[in-house]
Amino acid sequence: MQFMLLFSRQGKLRLQKWYVPLSDKEKKKITRELVQTVLARKPKMCSFLEWRDLKIVYKRYASLYFCCAIEDQDNELITLEIIHRYVELLDKYFGSVCELDIIFNFEKAYFILDEFLLGGEVQETSKKNVLKAIEQADLLQESGESRSPISIL
Amino acid sequence: MVVPSSKLQDLIEEIRGAKTQAQEREVIQKECAHIRASFRDGDPLHRHRQLAKLLYVHMLGYPAHFGQMECLKLIASPRFTDKRVGYLGAMLLLDERQDAHLLITNSIKNDLSQGIQAVQGLALCTLSTVGSAEMCRDLATEVEKLLLQPGPYVRKKAVLTAVHIIRKVPELSNIFLPPCAQLLHERHHGVLLGTITLITELCERSPAALKHFRKVVPQLVQILWTLVTTGYSTEHSISGVSDPFLQVQILRLLRILGRNHEESSETMNDLLAQVATNTDTSRNAGNAVLFETVLTIMDIRSVAGLRVLAVNILGRFLLNSDKNIRYVALTSLLRVVQSDHSAVQRHRPTVVECLREPDASLSRRALELSLALVNSSNVRAMTQELQSFLESCPPDLRSDCASGILLAAERFAPTKRWHIDTILRVLTMAGTHVRDDAVANLTQLIGGAQELHAYSVRRLYSALAEDISQQPLVQVAAWCIGEYGDLLLEGSCEETEPLQVEEEEVLALLEKVLQSHMSLPATRGYALTALMKLSTRLRGDNNRIRQVVSVYGSCLDVELQQRAVEYNALFQKYDYMRAAILEKMPLVERGGTQDEEAKESKEAQHSEAAVIPTEPQTSKLLDLLDLLDGTSGAAQPPPPLEPSSEGTSVHLLDLPCVSPAPASIPNLKVFEREGLQLTLSFVRPPGTPALLLIMVTAINTSEADVTHFVCQAAVPKSFQLQLQAPSGDTVPAQGGLPMTQLLRILNPKKAPLRLKLRLTYNHFGQSVQEIFEVNNLPVETWQ
Repeated sequence: MQFMLLFSRQGKLRLQKWYVPLSDKEKKKITRELVQTVLARKPKMCSFLEWRDLKIVYKRYASLYFCCAIEDQDNELITLEIIHRYVELLDKYFGSVCELDIIFNFEKAYFILDEFLLGGEVQETSKKNVLKAIEQADLLQESGESRSPISIL
Repeated sequence: MVVPSSKLQDLIEEIRGAKTQAQEREVIQKECAHIRASFRDGDPLHRHRQLAKLLYVHMLGYPAHFGQMECLKLIASPRFTDKRVGYLGAMLLLDERQDAHLLITNSIKNDLSQGIQAVQGLALCTLSTVGSAEMCRDLATEVEKLLLQPGPYVRKKAVLTAVHIIRKVPELSNIFLPPCAQLLHERHHGVLLGTITLITELCERSPAALKHFRKVVPQLVQILWTLVTTGYSTEHSISGVSDPFLQVQILRLLRILGRNHEESSETMNDLLAQVATNTDTSRNAGNAVLFETVLTIMDIRSVAGLRVLAVNILGRFLLNSDKNIRYVALTSLLRVVQSDHSAVQRHRPTVVECLREPDASLSRRALELSLALVNSSNVRAMTQELQSFLESCPPDLRSDCASGILLAAERFAPTKRWHIDTILRVLTMAGTHVRDDAVANLTQLIGGAQELHAYSVRRLYSALAEDISQQPLVQVAAWCIGEYGDLLLEGSCEETEPLQVEEEEVLALLEKVLQSHMSLPATRGYALTALMKLSTRLRGDNNRIRQVVSVYGSCLDVELQQRAVEYNALFQKYDYMRAAILEKMPLVERGGTQDEEAKESKEAQHSEAAVIPTEPQTSKLLDLLDLLDGTSGAAQPPPPLEPSSEGTSVHLLDLPCVSPAPASIPNLKVFEREGLQLTLSFVRPPGTPALLLIMVTAINTSEADVTHFVCQAAVPKSFQLQLQAPSGDTVPAQGGLPMTQLLRILNPKKAPLRLKLRLTYNHFGQSVQEIFEVNNLPVETWQ
């Protein structure tokens, strides 16, 4: 995966994870164009589109668009599963997640994503393990200490 | 469970409360000022909170570069909260282009060796997201150490970080290749998945690695087999499919290993058949695995039966109610349509159905696939489907569809008449969208089908009478009417409805085309030429045609003007030649740029007429300067003969052999003044002894440009002189691009050549006039 963007129906960015090195200017340009393209799609259209030399997989959940850019050899259908799994993780963590949760706790959304994907690839296929890792990290934060080596799994 | 960060949330709330963009900017600027101050004061306790706020603001699009150093400080802090936010900040604010990111290398190194898994995880995550090649080189050994650590949490992250390192620094592959064998024995899905990904990356980058890992194909087959048959675990399954992510990744690796390798492919056959037939396809997860399986089957050396199975799965996908599935099916079928043509043909009806999809990305795919499926046995049916698609398809697909139909028609047309009909229909429906060579192709096609001349011209005439806006159609129709006008008027054609056409109607239609503002200049050219041809085909007198032709003699469009003038001359002076020149065209040979050849052969017929009619204009030049006497006062610049670029090439083309003249005549410098030099070069084309071509070249080596440069020439009365238009009227300073002008001199009596030149120009702010006779003309120029 090259990057993942989350944005609202009004085109406001809620999360941006880039797995390729690009300048700030380039990121802004890509984001702007892609958001426009995806928002222009009609509701009944399929979840895949070709954009520049990338394949774009997107899915709308309530008021949020989840948009991934994958490479030519990547499997589009499994990317849909990746998106779905991420939404499930957010849902479990926040308890019936909505856009506001992601807005007010954006850093948590990043932390969760970073336990699911790494370097653009899936690192953990067990929902349980991802959530446990986040739980442990949160506890570590709360305790204010970083010395006790708590085993994550 | 959610750790409160109220101050951050307060800010977010405040920003969202802003009613206008300006208000939002104000709030943010105020807050950023506070944050900056806080950073300067160095408040360690709340630093992470301040950075988090800054990161939020950054996501809204505001600048946040002043937070970069704070990321470093937070990462270096012992507190986990600080590290967590610090690393997040590093991933969002730092990238390879900034120097700052190198400074975190040390912190990462420390954190990797610390032994606290959560911290190691943060470090690995950051390295694999924004690690530059340099950082990767520095930290590769640290990552390698972690690969064989006991805890799977860190190991799975280390493996994927290794993937990133290899992508950045391929040479480091050798460090990460050895551990793979052991890692493949993992039971932990995350680590196993990462290992497969790592092996895939290694194999894609190095043929040696590819060969090495072929050994593990049996092991991979075993893993997948177990997963599929007995590996059901609620923890990793989606809709009854065991860990689809892992399955897909294994299948992808198998594809790479089995490609072009019989033995490996053989090992996989049974497994692939098993997965292909037993995967639950009721939900997307199963279909994702099935899709990957199909891709693998098609790419390796699989047995024929398996390939057919794969194509049939794709055919089933085409019928799935889920659009996404249909989409991947169409894309995949397009990839295999060449290699497994007959298997895909079986699904042709379904593919054609997909043309009717309202979703443009699907109909585009269906169009490409449909065009690929056309062959000689289904061409009639397919063309019909495609034509009805053309009528209603979205505009951005029109030109692809039209061109596709024309191409298919060309390759598989059962009869010439069908072919002509098809092209006609396409031009009528989507004329503006076809490629440029469609016109040339059609005229060539019609020209070659003698038995269909009458049919074609009637059909085209009716089409034209209805609609003169589709330019390609109009051009072809005009050409046809010009060529076969006689067939249009006389007799009947069994294949079309009886059509009674009067001469006047035909002429009126062509005139309408000429005058219409919708007609392109090229189209007008076609119409004018067609009218001209009709002057020999029709029986009535040619007054109407003559009138039109003479009117266009003063048309502003230079190309049309030239044609009209030449045709006019054909009527007046050279009427005896007219019939011969306007005879029916011989069939043009196909090949290269069809258009140019067709034009050339047309022009070749007009060339002879072209050379001579220019004489009346050049006679003015002869009057200009009486040779050996003084100059006459009123000098007119040569009338704007200005042949179009085509014209120049025509004049050269009509001569049998223009290029390298065997006996070359030395150049002659004839004039020099204040840096402006004039040189003459001479060519005597071998085939035409009476002709001399003189190229006048003007070069300016002075500091100032020469402008308004005009060169005129005069020769003795027995000669004929023609001046071509000069390349320009400015000779740029300091040896810039020279100005050139071609003179053509006919000397049938082989009289001694005399040449007088008159130059007028502006140079150094003064206007200059020079008149002189050219001395020392070599004898070869006239003997």
